[in-house]
Amino acid sequence: MSRMSLVESLQVLHGLRQPDQVVLSTMAAAREWMKLGTHPLDFIYAPSAMGEAPALGLGMALARPDRQVIVLNGDGCMLMNLGNLVTITAAAPANLVLIVCDNSVYEVTGRQSTAAAEGARPPDRAVDFCRIARGCGFAAVYEFAKIEDWRVGAPQVLAAHGPAFVLLKVEPIPGGEVPRSPAPPVERARAFAEALQQPS
Amino acid sequence: MFSGSQIVAELQGVGITHVVWLPDSTLGQWEEALSSATAIKLVRVCREGEAWAMAMGLYLGGARPLVMIQCTGLFDSGDSLRNALYDFGVPLFAVIGYRSFLNKAANDSARTFTEPNLKSWGLDYRLIDAPEKLPELGAHYAACRQAQRPGVVLIAEGKM
Repeated sequence: MSRMSLVESLQVLHGLRQPDQVVLSTMAAAREWMKLGTHPLDFIYAPSAMGEAPALGLGMALARPDRQVIVLNGDGCMLMNLGNLVTITAAAPANLVLIVCDNSVYEVTGRQSTAAAEGARPPDRAVDFCRIARGCGFAAVYEFAKIEDWRVGAPQVLAAHGPAFVLLKVEPIPGGEVPRSPAPPVERARAFAEALQQPS
Repeated sequence: MFSGSQIVAELQGVGITHVVWLPDSTLGQWEEALSSATAIKLVRVCREGEAWAMAMGLYLGGARPLVMIQCTGLFDSGDSLRNALYDFGVPLFAVIGYRSFLNKAANDSARTFTEPNLKSWGLDYRLIDAPEKLPELGAHYAACRQAQRPGVVLIAEGKM
C-alpha cells in the first residue's frame, strides 16, 4: 500500500494555512507540526486525553463558527472514539476539517499495530475509515495516499463545506516519541483562548 | 423534581450558552425545554468523555458550556475530565444525575461511588436533593466561575 511522509503531508497543510485558521494537533502530528513553527492559533493537544481531539475541535468550531478549525488526529486516536464522528455530523459545523493521519500503528509507544492495521486482521476484514465516515454522515470525505495527490487536493479539502473528513495514509516515523507540551499547558490554554476569541 | 423550563431558566440566569449532554431518564425529561431554549444550544454526544473535551473547546472559544450527564457517565469521563480540568486548567462545570440517591433501598453501586469519585477528582460539588434547593445550581456555578475553578451540581434521582 502506498503511503506518504507524515512530515511532507504536514508541510503541504502548513503552506496553505491561513492566518485565521485554527490547527489543533495531537500525537505524532502534534510532534511534527510543532517543528514547522508556532502560531497563536495552533493548539498542541499535549498532554492529551487520547481520542478526544475531535471533540475538542468540535467545541472550538461551535464556539467560533467564523473560523475554520482543522484537527490533525491519529488513527489510533480515532479508533478510541469512533462515536465522535456521529457527534460531529449531528452538530454539523461547516467550519470543521478532521484529518486522520493513518500510519496504522501506535507510533509513540513503539509502533505496535492498531486493531485496524492490515496485518492485525483477517485479510478479508479490512477497516475502511472513509466508509465509516460516510456511514456516520460525513458528506465531504477524502483519502490521499500519495503526496502529489494531497498537494493537488488539499486546497479543495480546505474549501469544502464541512464538516469534512480526510484520511492521509502516512508512514510511521521510527523512534517517534510522545509529543511534549512546548510550554506549561495552562499558560498555553490561556494564550490560545485569548487568540481564539479575537475577531477573525 | 424539576421541570425543563425551571432548569432552562436557572441556566439562562447564569449565562450558559451550551449544554453538552448525554441524558438519563431524569435529565432526559428536560430535552424539549433545552432544545427549544433560545439562548442555549443543546449539543449531543455519544459518550460522556467527549462532553468534557467539547466543553473545553467551547470554553476556549469564549462560550459558557455546561456538561450534563449521569453519574455513570462521570465514571466513564475520567481521562477527559482529568486532562481538561487539571492538565489545561479549564474550569468546567457539570450537572450530574445522582442515580438512585433517593431510593435508599436500591442496591446500586452507582450511588455508592458517585461522591467518592467526585472527591477523588477534587471537585467542589453541591447536592440538590429537594425542590427548594434549585437556586443552589446557579449560585454554585456563579461562585465557581468567579473563582475560575471547576464545579459540579449533583441532582438527586429516584423516587421522592
